[in-house]
Amino acid sequence: MDTILEAVDLCKVYGNGTAANRHVDFAVRPGEIHGLVGENGAGKSTLMKIVYGEESPSSGTLLLDGRPVRFGSSRDAIAAGIGMVHQHFMLVPSLSLAENLVLGSEPRKKSGMYDLEEAVRITQSLSDKYNLKVTPRARVVDVSVSMRQKLEILKTLYRGARILILDEPTAVLTPQETDELFVELKDLRDKGHTIIFISHKLGEVFELCDRVTVMRDGAMIATHDSGDVDRQTISNEMVGREVRLTVDKKAASPGASALDVRDLSYVDDFGITMVDRVSFSLREGEVLGVVGVDGNGQSELVRILTGSAATLTGSVRKRGTDITNATPRRIRRAGIAHVAEDRMTVGTALPASIADNLLADRYSAPEYTGGGFLRRSAMAAAAGDIVKRFDIRCSSPGQPVASLSGGNMQKVVIGREFTAAADVLIVSQPTRGVDIGAIEFIHRTILSMRDAGKAILLVSSDLGEVLTLSDSLVVMHSGRIVAYFPDASAVTDKELGLFMLGVKRQDETEIRKVLHG
Amino acid sequence: MLDFIAGVFGSSNYWFIVVRSTAPILLVTLGAVITEQAGIKNMALEGSMLWAALVGVLASAATGSAWIGLLAGMAAGVAIALVLGIFALKLDANAVLVGVALNLLSTGGTVFTLFSITGDKGISSSLASKTLPVIRIPFLADVPWLGKVLSGQNFIIYVSIVAVIVVHVILNKMTIGRRIRATGENVDAARAAGIDPNRIKFFTLVVSGMLAGLAGCFLSMGYTSNFTSGISAGRGYVANAAQVVAGGTAVGSIFAALIFGITDAMATFLQNVGLPPELIQALPYAVTIVGFIVVTLIRDKREAARKLRLFSRGAGR
Repeated sequence: MDTILEAVDLCKVYGNGTAANRHVDFAVRPGEIHGLVGENGAGKSTLMKIVYGEESPSSGTLLLDGRPVRFGSSRDAIAAGIGMVHQHFMLVPSLSLAENLVLGSEPRKKSGMYDLEEAVRITQSLSDKYNLKVTPRARVVDVSVSMRQKLEILKTLYRGARILILDEPTAVLTPQETDELFVELKDLRDKGHTIIFISHKLGEVFELCDRVTVMRDGAMIATHDSGDVDRQTISNEMVGREVRLTVDKKAASPGASALDVRDLSYVDDFGITMVDRVSFSLREGEVLGVVGVDGNGQSELVRILTGSAATLTGSVRKRGTDITNATPRRIRRAGIAHVAEDRMTVGTALPASIADNLLADRYSAPEYTGGGFLRRSAMAAAAGDIVKRFDIRCSSPGQPVASLSGGNMQKVVIGREFTAAADVLIVSQPTRGVDIGAIEFIHRTILSMRDAGKAILLVSSDLGEVLTLSDSLVVMHSGRIVAYFPDASAVTDKELGLFMLGVKRQDETEIRKVLHG
Repeated sequence: MLDFIAGVFGSSNYWFIVVRSTAPILLVTLGAVITEQAGIKNMALEGSMLWAALVGVLASAATGSAWIGLLAGMAAGVAIALVLGIFALKLDANAVLVGVALNLLSTGGTVFTLFSITGDKGISSSLASKTLPVIRIPFLADVPWLGKVLSGQNFIIYVSIVAVIVVHVILNKMTIGRRIRATGENVDAARAAGIDPNRIKFFTLVVSGMLAGLAGCFLSMGYTSNFTSGISAGRGYVANAAQVVAGGTAVGSIFAALIFGITDAMATFLQNVGLPPELIQALPYAVTIVGFIVVTLIRDKREAARKLRLFSRGAGR
């Protein structure tokens, strides 16, 4: 069987020793749509970065049309006919679609000046040829996300791509837009292009792809013809373990409402409504899970609640105290702790020591500060306690956080936030990129906090995690809460999937039960 | 007092000075605009102006030609901008800090150079330096009032008008203008399109160095006929504030620079009213800061209103 692109025994080991790709063999046939599936961190993105020349492999070969190639940069890959549509669009917001399309290889008039009319004409003719509808003269900032994505696809075609890589293209689309994209992609395939489609949504992969390759933990698990395989097989290969983890969990006994959130809304810089009148109440002694496909407003909701974004409407009250659009400091003083979704940029100060990170929210308390000076010995003792209690593996608390592994770094964040004087915990992606051992520890800790009567809001894109830990659940889609389940254990992930993808939606009275009266 | 101000605003003499005061700030503001569009802050404009002012005087005195002085001065302005580029872009230093360091170096360095050559720390009057010519514009000069304001100005004044057009064309009509904007707005997008962001940034630095060079030469070879220590008087810093007021456009720079020019010229007149001169000298800078704050507030408010409008429009879905 002929292949257009092939990876042979490809390995990628990063500087910190993480093996992102281990002996990967991967082959794509010309003119097919090839699905590449796997969980977050399975190595899909690394493999595609190597193919697109953004990373170079530690060992192994890449074959294009049967000949070995080595790309020094993505420019080489583009020249060889490979195009990539990134999850984060590579567009210039204030320029028009046409100007973005031709950026880097612009048409010029005879006078040498920029030829905007020609750029518009090129865009229109490509748009017609490939049936990807865009409005060339509109500015990127004014058009929908779906049209931006079409423009990205057109950009790769303009640069002569024969092989298109799409990195989770549907994550930002509505269901209708997704259907539209699939029609367009199949059309491109029929015109002779080869497409690699990265996803972790099985339904889409089956609908679109001719063949599917599964990756897990950096290794290639299997490649199937999508007609010859069922979802269960792929799902098992992807996950490699039971989806629902088992943890010892007592029944919850929720108490009074600790955090009352009413009608929050957020519009991003592109003018897209990311949070749309979200309301809920969070009770003490319960874990309220927030599930949704990434990018449906969960991050923005957390940013509003923790003071790093402002809501346009509505209010946030903690046990009656108004903390709407308050500063992070005031929010923390009101007794709200926050495990940030990105521990590298928000959760920790990387060059600072473990001890300083652990006490960053309380160094000015009288125990640690006297007469304007830090009490170093008291701080060291307190930090040492947390290090022990949260099992942070390090040589000393004075070591910079940057030198820790992902799991231990996360334990620093958890250690600080879970020992803070707070009764509301907002926990975002607590185990993203964390090893199995640390995951178990973090899960047990979250449940023990719940049993101690804290109110916990858990936001995670790991469905298994949310289902395991949560007592009740809300589902977010397109910035809105579309479902509320008072008993998380009574929900199947299949059912959740329908709400997450916007197929189903509860009626308003059902959803309003999350306000608890 | 009001009568006095009304009288001033009506006089062609006042507006002649306004144009003269506006031109140098306009030139540097254009320099700040073009680099800012490419995503690099040229804080060293002040240094570029100082060296250009000194080198222009020295070269014109040495050669007897104001034109050679102008070219040498512009080269000096570009050289400072390039030093900033090398540190900020090649060696990854913080552009603002490098800019401030270069300005401090220039303040001392120009005086040191002046002293080494003339033995005077304050003024270059012992040198037989040249000034750039005054241009009388035929026909316009004969128009009443307007002719007195616009004709008979220094050569550089007219260059500053041309500079507005040139920067406008670069940003809006030329291919490189789109690349400058791409680099400034989304450097990853620019890189992905095969654009080398550093090359673009260096290009804008060279242009801004030339513009600051023109402004510097005007100060010592037109506005006055000597180099004096600290002659740029913070105009390079003002330009970085005026750039925000200008909204990143060449045409907007005219308005931003006029705010400064109008108050600067007014200060010259107010000296006759008996206000303390220190206060009067601070006026143009204070007005620029106020303008900066007002524009920023208006923009923030507009942005918030835009978002609320977008949200209410989408709320019906």
